[in-house]
Amino acid sequence: MTGTKPTLATAALTGCFGCHMSLLDIDERILELVDLVDFDKSPFDDKKSFDGPVDVGFIEGGCSNEANVRELREFRQHCRILISVGACAINGGVPAMRNTIGLRECLEAVYLHGPSLEGGGMIPNDEDLPLLLDRVYPSHEIVKIDYFLPGCPPSADAIWATLTALLTGQPPALPYALLKYE
Amino acid sequence: MTAKAIQFTVDGIAVAATAGQSLIEACDDAGIYIPRLCHHPDLTPSGNCRVCTCTVNGRQSAACVTPAAHGMVVENDTPRLTDDRRTIIEMLFVEGIHPCPYCVASGDCELQALGYRLGMTAPTEAYLWPRRKLDATHPDITLDHDRCILCSRCIRASRMEDGKTVFGFEGRGIAMRLNVDAQGGLGETQMAAIDKAASVCPVACIVIKRDSYRVPNGERRFDKAPIGSDIEARRRPSGSGGHRS
Amino acid sequence: MEEDRTMAEVEDILAQFGSDRTRLMDIVMAVQHRLGHVSDASVGLLAKGLGIEPVEIEDMVSFYSFFDRVPRGRFRIRLAKTAISHIKGAQAVAEAFEHELGIAMGETTADGEFTLEWTSDIGMADQEPSALVNGVVLTALTPSDVAHIVAALRQSGHEGGLPQYPPHRTQGAALPKASVQPGLVKAGPLLSALPAPGAVIGAALAMTPDAVIAQITASKLRGRGGAGFPTGMKWRLTRKSKGKQHYVVCNADEGEPGTFKDRVLLSEFPDLVFDGMTVAAFALGSSQGLLYLRGEYAYLWDHLQGVLDARRKSGLLGKAVGGRRGFDFDIRIQLGAGAYMCGEESSLLESLEGKRGAPRDRPPFPTEHGYLGQPTAIDNVETFVCAARIMERGAAWFAGMGTALSTGTKLMSVAGDCTYPGVYEVPFGITVNALLDLVGGSDAEFVQISGPSGQSVSPRDFGRQIAFEDLSTGGSTMVFGRQRDVLGIILQFADFFVDESCGWCAPCRIGTTQLSLAMAKVVAGRATRADLTAMEALSHTVMRMSRCGLGQMAPNPILSSMKSFPEAFEARLRPEAFVPRVTLEQALQDAVVVQGRQPVMEASA
Ligand SMILES: Cc1cc2nc3c(=O)[nH]c(=O)nc-3n(C[C@H](O)[C@H](O)[C@H](O)COP(=O)(O)O)c2cc1C
Ligand code: SF4
Ligand code: SF4
Ligand code: SF4
Ligand code: SF4
Ligand code: FES
Repeated sequence: MTGTKPTLATAALTGCFGCHMSLLDIDERILELVDLVDFDKSPFDDKKSFDGPVDVGFIEGGCSNEANVRELREFRQHCRILISVGACAINGGVPAMRNTIGLRECLEAVYLHGPSLEGGGMIPNDEDLPLLLDRVYPSHEIVKIDYFLPGCPPSADAIWATLTALLTGQPPALPYALLKYE
Repeated sequence: MTAKAIQFTVDGIAVAATAGQSLIEACDDAGIYIPRLCHHPDLTPSGNCRVCTCTVNGRQSAACVTPAAHGMVVENDTPRLTDDRRTIIEMLFVEGIHPCPYCVASGDCELQALGYRLGMTAPTEAYLWPRRKLDATHPDITLDHDRCILCSRCIRASRMEDGKTVFGFEGRGIAMRLNVDAQGGLGETQMAAIDKAASVCPVACIVIKRDSYRVPNGERRFDKAPIGSDIEARRRPSGSGGHRS
Repeated sequence: MEEDRTMAEVEDILAQFGSDRTRLMDIVMAVQHRLGHVSDASVGLLAKGLGIEPVEIEDMVSFYSFFDRVPRGRFRIRLAKTAISHIKGAQAVAEAFEHELGIAMGETTADGEFTLEWTSDIGMADQEPSALVNGVVLTALTPSDVAHIVAALRQSGHEGGLPQYPPHRTQGAALPKASVQPGLVKAGPLLSALPAPGAVIGAALAMTPDAVIAQITASKLRGRGGAGFPTGMKWRLTRKSKGKQHYVVCNADEGEPGTFKDRVLLSEFPDLVFDGMTVAAFALGSSQGLLYLRGEYAYLWDHLQGVLDARRKSGLLGKAVGGRRGFDFDIRIQLGAGAYMCGEESSLLESLEGKRGAPRDRPPFPTEHGYLGQPTAIDNVETFVCAARIMERGAAWFAGMGTALSTGTKLMSVAGDCTYPGVYEVPFGITVNALLDLVGGSDAEFVQISGPSGQSVSPRDFGRQIAFEDLSTGGSTMVFGRQRDVLGIILQFADFFVDESCGWCAPCRIGTTQLSLAMAKVVAGRATRADLTAMEALSHTVMRMSRCGLGQMAPNPILSSMKSFPEAFEARLRPEAFVPRVTLEQALQDAVVVQGRQPVMEASA
């Protein structure tokens, strides 16, 4: 799989997968992208581990639990360039609404006192569930991030412009119409 | 043609001003945009945001509170000022809570628009996650303190335009907050949705209820053209608007 | 009942100050001290009585750290939190109070008797650890004093009323450690061979006002408050400005941590201060002087009022000062209420007018548009003392001392790791080394000149001079020995600006907090080289973009210590390209407690 083409890996952390969907929205340019790069670890190819060093890592979502942190660190170890994509990766996004509430209060409100609960609820505590962080962290507060691509999601054009720039060794620069925080 | 008494330059461009004008007003007339956030053309300037800071005769001065003076040499559009201004915008983003994707003001927000214009992709200062209130006590207006950037526009508008004194500051330093003139929230004040104070907020702190999505996303003020484009449109390529000296 | 009392007290207070909105400082202070706090009910009554909106009263009240909107303890114990108090053992004293009262710093006892908290420097750097109990100053505290102090407080004042404020001189007497040591160690020409009463005024009255200003100008006196503005020029500009009234304001806010020379001047040479103000009044054609005394110095109130009364009796204040018909001048003392910002001249004016201490935009300058919009000359306490001596001894005498650009002598407040802390009168031009020899601080490894807003100086620079043209200073000199943690001290300074930023403008309000977080990361040993670069860049932005001197100077300790003590930063730097501010262990702490199990993954970094 790893030829001379640059490689791209993507991660979906605490987000809605919308940024990944937006990447697919580049329509027929996806064929061009496939010509341009080889995909390494990514939910697209359901590849669970890295084959080797990767040129560009695409991070969707912030870090809300220890598994996110582990995956993000793994991306940092393997990717030459990491790009933080979308509002969730950049400031926590919708999941970060809990950041001003506090973890205990939040869990209790949902699992113990939720309006739809009948009888006493319980806070899920299966050994396999990753522990939640005290708040949702943007990716750049966990690892070094090289570039940011804002938006919710960033438009397909913005993703295309950024990825093609990075994959061809240019610093990404978005025109006014493509720089959006929403 | 009546010659204006005061002449000065901004980034080498000759600008004329009338006595009593501030630097920002004179530049607005001349079609030169100085980025600003707390300044509002209808209100007395108060110098809260410092985004309009220029270098005037070698010294840093906020353009909205600097009187235009004859012969002054102003730098406005320099890489360093752009960096400093962008840093202020970034700091405002991390001071409050600004989730643009689900904010009613997105596309129509001056803070966001300055982020775009000054090239902010993401603020990298530490997010402060303040704990602030949401005040929904008023029948027609919500006050979402998470978005407030403490620009004082509403304070000034309420006092000077509406003659009401609905708003004020409270506390100092990083704990400073916008305060309203009633213990029970905005609903107990004199505030009305038609007040000037209700229309000057640059962000989505003061929001008129049931009015938010009249203009859809994508068609709002700053969706198509950068903030300041209207001012820059006043500048004619050559002739009376000003020219490079 | 309670409502009736509030109503009666507020009405009485309003009547006392003629419902004058510009006297809001005094009005609120009286409410605070008679009723214990400024309740919603009081705010409402004040607003009605003054014809303004409650939100305007809250705006002002919430600005000052000595005013409360909610009830707190009857006794307010405020420990000075400064770099000096810290090295002198303030933490142990704080813990002793916590233990004795059973509360943590920032809390109030359940019986409502005591509130324990930190406050910024209270002007006692030469006798730390120090504290304020209501208005009374306690000094040189040790943990073993604490039980006695608490016992004495518990016994006092059970008649129901709050202790008097400003405190009477006798009031502190019952409390252990309630004495302020004089503080002057070395007097020079300025503070020796003192003039006879009336001599200074006599000398001024022998000249014309213009000649007085010419003398001051010829002496090349520059302001002692820190900025070094030529005093003669300030007086000339003020005199020239047209107004209904000209005001003379003495800046006795002395808020810069580490300085206490104005305290010494006010306690031991008050007549020289008032002489200087009176000279200025004559020169400017002013009939009203104001002395803005920081709230921390309320213990000097009785003493200063006594001196003013004596001067009135001897014809040095009041009608026809010094026997000159038509020259009427009096001085009012305005107490502050815990805000460093109010030392900045335009904030001071706002505070004098009964508003929050936010600075004004300039122009116009106070010389044209000052107190109540009238021409006003604001000078530091020491500047007025210099002016008084110049009148009496002549400009040449003064200009003959010091350096060409910094004439005269300077009062230095020295404290920290030195044998003889105190106030030293030295000629301008003295080197840091020579000063350290005088104070018994030759082992110093770090000297902070001019307080947190000044410069951090390392032994490499101890040959530099104290002068406006080299190491410019308002007088604060903090000496630290080799055993001290430079970076921890710099963080303490950074936190001072977080506490004292007025909040008006974004770059300072947010920037001071961001700089403190960045510095805390350095101190924690988690900063990378990239973090240092970012901290430096942010420092420059805050300096360039802030509205007033506070924000413009707040990054000084960080920037100057990075220059002076690069090895201290290097030693604590992490080699990695990136280290998160928060460790994973920290981020998971809540979950471990709430969910009662350990993380799945091994935590690191
Ligand atoms: C944040 C800040 C705090 C200040 N604090 C004081 C002070 O406590 N005492 C003082 O005399 N000047 C202080 N100053 C300086 C004053 O603004 C002003 O320059 C001074 O009072 C003028 O008096 P002078 O010319 O006699 O020095 C401060 C300035 C700033 C920016
Ligand atoms: S940024 Fe928006 S689209 Fe992307 S993951 Fe977050 S919520 Fe979904
Ligand atoms: S107020 Fe402006 S910057 Fe803040 S979230 Fe809304 S659109 Fe974004
Ligand atoms: S509510 Fe809006 S107008 Fe008022 S201070 Fe806040 S941001 Fe400014
Ligand atoms: S620089 Fe700081 S102290 Fe000065 S106006 Fe701005 S916030 Fe207030
Ligand atoms: S626009 Fe001038 S300071 Fe805000």
